Amino acid sequence: MDFTIEFDKQQIESIENILQEELIDLGVQSVILMDLAGNVIVNLENGDSSHDVYSLAALAAGNYGAVSAMANIIGEQEFSLLFHKGEEESIHFSKVVEDLLLLTIFNKNVSLGFLRLKVAEAIKRIQVLI
Amino acid sequence: MALINPKKKEVQVKIVYYGPGRGGKTTNLEYINKKFKKRIQNEMVTVKTYGDRTLFFDFLPFDIGEIKGHSIKVQLYTVPGQVKYNATRRLVLRGVDGLVFVADSMDLRREMNIRSLQNLKENLETFNKNIFNIPLVLQYNKRDLAEEGIPILSVDTLQRDMNSRLRAPAFPASAVKGENVAATMKKIIALTVGSLRKKLE
Ligand SMILES: Nc1nc2c(ncn2[C@@H]2O[C@H](COP(=O)(O)OP(=O)(O)OP(=O)(O)O)[C@@H](O)[C@H]2O)c(=O)[nH]1
Ligand SMILES: [Mg+2]
Repeated sequence: MDFTIEFDKQQIESIENILQEELIDLGVQSVILMDLAGNVIVNLENGDSSHDVYSLAALAAGNYGAVSAMANIIGEQEFSLLFHKGEEESIHFSKVVEDLLLLTIFNKNVSLGFLRLKVAEAIKRIQVLI
Repeated sequence: MALINPKKKEVQVKIVYYGPGRGGKTTNLEYINKKFKKRIQNEMVTVKTYGDRTLFFDFLPFDIGEIKGHSIKVQLYTVPGQVKYNATRRLVLRGVDGLVFVADSMDLRREMNIRSLQNLKENLETFNKNIFNIPLVLQYNKRDLAEEGIPILSVDTLQRDMNSRLRAPAFPASAVKGENVAATMKKIIALTVGSLRKKLE
């Protein structure tokens, strides 16, 4: 099935609030809620940096799709941790619902364990809204 | 399907350039990237192998201004045309709103064009989409080769091979020279955005 979730203004605002509270306020640089077509649904930045979010989303959709296809080939439903660690900045991917991804970009000041916890909380709250 | 953000009043539209390997899809986007530099805020993204073949996709975001109070962001993608990359090709098609099929006019590529179009139909079906219901433009690329004495298919032949049932708008073109590259793009944007207008009201 093709992706057809639609968002109204209120949903978007509520999602923005959740992402702000759970992630940006805790020191995450940037969050992108996106679909697997590569569309950006919500993007928030903490103001320290700005990224080319449309290109990031296009690449992340492809990357996530490729990794999921690899999982299927080896008989897994999906891989639970998708994470790219850099010297300064890292990227974490998480599935929100079918076809919807949350991408977080964070630096060394945020630990992966803590981030995963917060992402899980944010996702739980977003799932109720959509 | 296009993503409409009612808060930012922004619409993201996904247009995919499809077609056989080496047909000129990437060359189309490269030309657009050069020619319309002012409208393109970010770098073109390409995921290539050695020798310039597309491994995953090219991506070029393109602002076309406002329609009914919404700013329209057109996202141009190419697929990798090589037969072996079908899994990645299908990933790029996810959520497609409009298609340009770039056929290769070279005599030698006749079979490849037909097979690639068939492959497009099949891949669309995996997303429950029908090639007859999606905005589509055909481009018969590499017309310039005739000047070098390289045998090319006539436009009539290409029309018969590719377009006898689809009846989509079709442009003879030369992506290296930039001929009809912009016309192809404008046509697919008009068709795709036109199909969205109702939703924006
Ligand atoms: N003569 C001529 N050559 C062209 C034209 N368009 C593209 N080419 C050449 O054809 C070759 C392949 O072009 P690409 O744009 O990379 O083809 P592609 O469709 O992206 O190929 P894949 O990425 O493998 O699917 C390059 O050497 C181009 O310079 C054209 O209009 N005329
Ligand atoms: Mg290419």
